[in-house]
Amino acid sequence: MQKAVLTGERFTQGDIAAAEGALAAGCRFFAGYPITPATEIAERMAYRLPRIGGRYIQMEDEIASCTAVVGASYAGVKSMTATSGPGVSLMNETIGLAVMTETPMVLVNVMRGGPSTGQPTEASQSDIMQAKWGSHGDYEIIALIPSSVQEMFDLTIQAFNLSERFRVPAFVLADEIIGHMRERLVIPPEDEIEIVNRKKPTVPPEEYLPFKAEEDLVPPMATFGEGYHFYATGLTHDERGYPVMDEEAQLALVPRLCDKIRKNADKITRAENTETEDAEILLVAYGGEARTALRAVKDARANGIKIGLFRPISVWPFPKEQLKEAAANAQHVVVAELNYGQLVGEVERVIRNEVPVHLIPRVCGTPHTPDELMKEIRRRIN
Amino acid sequence: MARTEIRLGGLGGQGVIKSAVIIGEAASIHDGKEAVQTASYGPESRGSACKAEVIISDAPIDYPLVLTPHVMVALSNDAFHKYKEDLSKEAIVIIDSDLVKAGKIKAGVRLYQVPAATTAHQVLKNPLVTNVVMLGAFTAISKAVTPEAMRKAIANAFPKYKELNLRAFDEGMQLGHKAMEQSTTKK
Repeated sequence: MQKAVLTGERFTQGDIAAAEGALAAGCRFFAGYPITPATEIAERMAYRLPRIGGRYIQMEDEIASCTAVVGASYAGVKSMTATSGPGVSLMNETIGLAVMTETPMVLVNVMRGGPSTGQPTEASQSDIMQAKWGSHGDYEIIALIPSSVQEMFDLTIQAFNLSERFRVPAFVLADEIIGHMRERLVIPPEDEIEIVNRKKPTVPPEEYLPFKAEEDLVPPMATFGEGYHFYATGLTHDERGYPVMDEEAQLALVPRLCDKIRKNADKITRAENTETEDAEILLVAYGGEARTALRAVKDARANGIKIGLFRPISVWPFPKEQLKEAAANAQHVVVAELNYGQLVGEVERVIRNEVPVHLIPRVCGTPHTPDELMKEIRRRIN
Repeated sequence: MARTEIRLGGLGGQGVIKSAVIIGEAASIHDGKEAVQTASYGPESRGSACKAEVIISDAPIDYPLVLTPHVMVALSNDAFHKYKEDLSKEAIVIIDSDLVKAGKIKAGVRLYQVPAATTAHQVLKNPLVTNVVMLGAFTAISKAVTPEAMRKAIANAFPKYKELNLRAFDEGMQLGHKAMEQSTTKK
């Protein structure tokens, strides 16, 4: 048997780091279908899981993969899949099922250019809105965006923790740049890694109501086969889990599914500020593009320009309060993203016409260079 | 230098990406510096020109891609001519003189010629280690990584063929020193 947590330093790829993060978080089931640029995650899980007592299944497609992950999670095992945008398009039906049945699970989407099969081997951040709105109905979801190989590891663990804590699917939204590049990854000792597990019922089986939430709006989750009888369905259901088609049932369920994330947003949202305190220009960038932005900020600061970087680490829920604070002194807010304008809408909702919000989109498959980005910023603010 | 940008070019299958990973591991894990490695990714990874890049720095690396390479290592003629355009002034260029014809190069560029393929074939009796011979020459000439760090990274990369690859590295180091004596700077 191999160790689940490979404590130590190694020079490795972002995709591999995500797989190792999942294992360190306690993931013991992976179902997936290979797709560029996420295939290395499946390869790593296929190699590692059988050697640490877990299970890996390559399914016939992404629909089956995501459904298998829901089933494995209900069997009590931390479970995940990894794919890219086209795979998420197929998984969206089951992501909705996971939301409705409050299934903890992690999906890594290493984003590539779309629509459709798009640009398989190129970098993109064009699935930001797909992660939020891909499935139908009112719901909230969690999505974290890594900006380094180390964060591929760290945020995959956090995605598992948040997913378990709030019983909701959590995305790690990586891009091809971060997924495929290699950097130093430091894996801490196992006992230093914070792990959160789903709440289990504290009542005897005959009293258990599988969808009765506690104060934090999250219901404890029994494992199939532990003696707790319950039913889970995609239909609107009551606290017993049985389909109920009346107004009260929908009213009791759907707002709670949203509010367990919205009202706990302060426990989920995260962001990083660089030189934002006196920033007159606030640059907003995330994932691979944030690395360009960081360099542009350093170069511009060296030339006396008061610019700072706000990097959302959670995009869903969006770190509204943190953005407001970072933009306190800004006269311009500039959003640089590797798509044709997605997260800029959320930024505008927070900034509310108080200062101009400018978009620097890029859809060609590579990030801006720092000089290109600075030139685009100058063009917009002058 | 605070940030050293290194580009390796060759044909898919020559071990170009593997070489870049070895350099990155040597720098970041064994020399205690920061390093980022990236590679061209796509159908070109088998048989046609491909490149892999490494950035080494004393400080954390923000922008992870190479802008103007300070060092270029070329294992194939196609890759050399395809990827040489944006070299920095005074760049170090190390070519496998058995496989690459340098032709005209930018003024200021320092060119080093290393017979890596012949050495791998005739001295080491295994053409597969050509890239590791080049890694030896790269280490001697660029001094971007220490030989000790490279030896550790090579040993980790080829556990079953450690001896052969370490010998290839040592041969490459010697060829690198020899190439430095004969090098010319293009005026």
